[in-house]
Amino acid sequence: MTDDTFEPTIIGFTCNWCSYRASDLAGTARMKYAPNVRLIRLMCSGRLDPTFVLRALSGGADGVMITGCHPGECHYIEQNYKALRRFLLLRRVLTGLGIEPERVKLVWASAAEGAKFAAEATAFVEEIRKLGPLNWGKADSGQQTVDHEEPSTVHRPSSEVEVPA
Amino acid sequence: MSDQKQERVGVYVCHCGTNIAGTVDVVDVANWAAEKLKHQGVIIAREYKFMCSSLGQELIEKDIKELGLTRVVVAACSPHLHEKTFRTAAKNAGLNPYLVELASIREQVSWVHTDKVVATAKSKAVVSGAVSRVIENRALDEIKVPINPNTLIVGGGVAGIQSALEIANAGFHVYLVEREPSIGGHMAQFDKTFPTLDCSACILTPRMVEAGTHPNITLLTWSEVTNVAGYVGNFHVTIKKKARFVNEELCTGCGICQEKCPKKVIDDVYEAGLGYRKTVYTPFAQAVPNFPVMDKENCTYFIKGTCKACEKFCPTNAIDFAQQDQMLNIDVGNIILATGYDLFDARRVSNYGYGRLPNVFTSLEFERLSNAAGPTSGNIVLRDGKTMPKSVGIIHCVGSRDKNFNNYCSTICCMQGLKFAHLVHERTGATVYNFYIDMRTAYKAYDEFYQRVLEEGTLFVRGKVAEVTDAARNDREKGKLIIQCEDTLAGKQRRIPVDMVILSSGLQPRKDAKEVGKLFGISCSMDGWFTEKHPKLDPVATMTEGIYIVGCAQGPKDIPSSVAQGAAASARVLDKILQKEVSLEPIKASINKEACSGCRICNGLCPFNAIAFIADDMVSDINPALCQGCGTCVAACPAGAISGTGFSDAQIMAQIDGLLLKNLEIGNY
Repeated sequence: MTDDTFEPTIIGFTCNWCSYRASDLAGTARMKYAPNVRLIRLMCSGRLDPTFVLRALSGGADGVMITGCHPGECHYIEQNYKALRRFLLLRRVLTGLGIEPERVKLVWASAAEGAKFAAEATAFVEEIRKLGPLNWGKADSGQQTVDHEEPSTVHRPSSEVEVPA
Repeated sequence: MSDQKQERVGVYVCHCGTNIAGTVDVVDVANWAAEKLKHQGVIIAREYKFMCSSLGQELIEKDIKELGLTRVVVAACSPHLHEKTFRTAAKNAGLNPYLVELASIREQVSWVHTDKVVATAKSKAVVSGAVSRVIENRALDEIKVPINPNTLIVGGGVAGIQSALEIANAGFHVYLVEREPSIGGHMAQFDKTFPTLDCSACILTPRMVEAGTHPNITLLTWSEVTNVAGYVGNFHVTIKKKARFVNEELCTGCGICQEKCPKKVIDDVYEAGLGYRKTVYTPFAQAVPNFPVMDKENCTYFIKGTCKACEKFCPTNAIDFAQQDQMLNIDVGNIILATGYDLFDARRVSNYGYGRLPNVFTSLEFERLSNAAGPTSGNIVLRDGKTMPKSVGIIHCVGSRDKNFNNYCSTICCMQGLKFAHLVHERTGATVYNFYIDMRTAYKAYDEFYQRVLEEGTLFVRGKVAEVTDAARNDREKGKLIIQCEDTLAGKQRRIPVDMVILSSGLQPRKDAKEVGKLFGISCSMDGWFTEKHPKLDPVATMTEGIYIVGCAQGPKDIPSSVAQGAAASARVLDKILQKEVSLEPIKASINKEACSGCRICNGLCPFNAIAFIADDMVSDINPALCQGCGTCVAACPAGAISGTGFSDAQIMAQIDGLLLKNLEIGNY
């Protein structure tokens, strides 16, 4: 789809201590950025379960921006490094699924970097705009239903998990 | 909606005056939520001018009581601003405070977007996300932990001393840690303080003595904090007490060792390189404590194995060459950082010639020159040690307000430059020139001081100095330092020959500020100063509860402001101590032992060692006292056995769906 009117939908994950505060600072300082980014606050980028990203992409997001404290500045000492590791793995998984890995971006922003946060958000929207819509999940469901599938948070006890042969 | 019964959700959209309503159609957002999110359980959606006002809060409380709301979403500002306000309101009305969610439509929408249609649409998505999420919220109980009444203060400058005295006088114990041999900080190096020209030592040393002798203050000089663990109320701190090689129990501070020590070295710290000290020394006569320290690097005994002159002459046998560094472990409830500043290194502005042209001085050097206890006994002389200058140029904003160095204004340099002008004029009668960009003499009695210096006949040239050089163009300039500058008021270039140049250097963060910040779990601004919790309303607290910042560690400031901050932080600490216990956010991870396979993947992920493997049960377990709630283990568990309260998978997944408007009854909007 090469629609000129395509407006990407982006889900952004922020950490409570650095990047969410950067977004707050961007607000307080009235820095303008692209309105396509919708944010979710986590306590730490280390909380980011890669399935959150897949959930967002399969649910209609065209891109996902993961943000956290700069390396070495994590409020929880080093958990952003774990976010980095997951991010790198996730990109490989996305490639395997046939999705451009550029749809997921990792941005470090300290609590003082409101301007950087705003600039990165705007830049990412433009990058996704160039990639075009993802349309994952739209092909098979023309109509969204009320009783959408439950979040798969309930896991069976490990003893019952079947081990693939 | 994992619960059997449907939740009853109230949505409250705030106008925030015109802050939100100016860019977002708040009425539309509220109506939309009432209609489109009805199936999710939204039974009421209201908008109001100021939700955070008492009337706004009452509105919510009334609905909770009368409509039996079980969940509340407030679409307003950032949760960092008013989450507590609305949680408290809910609590007052009998609803668990953790069943309230804030949807930030100010910082994340109205303030950063301009198009009203787009901003309104995004607000709806943000509200939808919050509604989906809040349904998955669970009632949580605040965790109360006792507060250790002891306080650690790092840095014994005027701000740290003030903090220590305030807390100690209130009857609580303080550990005051200072890395130099004496407390006093930069202020102890100064001669006079602006604008009153109080003698710095006269006003500071009584405070130092008070801190040094106070029964509630444990003074740990020549010491550094090496490790910090724990959290507000319960910090465990490790302090390295460096070997002084002087037994503090026996030393009387008589000073005979200093007198007898045969080796002199240049004092780069206290005398700013202008004077000498012995290798066993107290930095200055009024040092607190007055026990000397041994400079191991330079001491003849440590280098050659012989000398021990100090030991021979010490009347109390206090010299102890076998002394070792000690590691002290202390428990404190709160920590105040008063680590101060470094002076901007004037060598970096190479065109001003500091370090190359001998008669260019830094501000700290001039402070020592003009100090009666300094290397020249207060005589303002050139580098040769005897010639009095006939003309002096003072250059402002060295390293400050300069894109090449620091963008910020160091705030004190203008007044410092004026003080220097007055002292030079008073003591030498020399002609004084001040070169300034803008004269910044805000605060009480500062501008009056400027007027006074003007009346004394100091000459002011408005313009940034381009160069200080000794390359004379004519006889008038021969043997002088020539200040090349554009006089922006007269609109012409000037070359002014002077005998002495003083650089009013700016302040900059300590060179190890970043590491110190990391040690205590607080962040630095882009410039490197510690970041306060709120620049206006919470200037001494930090994002990390229980850690406070005062004085120049937070940003450049003068003595009165440093003292005020020192006292302010103490009030905050005393408030905490008197409450006896502190509430912690109940955001913790826990392991469902039934589901845990014992794979131990989570064990190595926790930086706080909160997860332990219980070999008997073959499962891992989380110690809630150590868990800080980052959630890394929750995301990592392959069996989904770990859940994190406040940020559960169900909450986040629901918020993702909500933000993507997947929860609407009929397709996308």
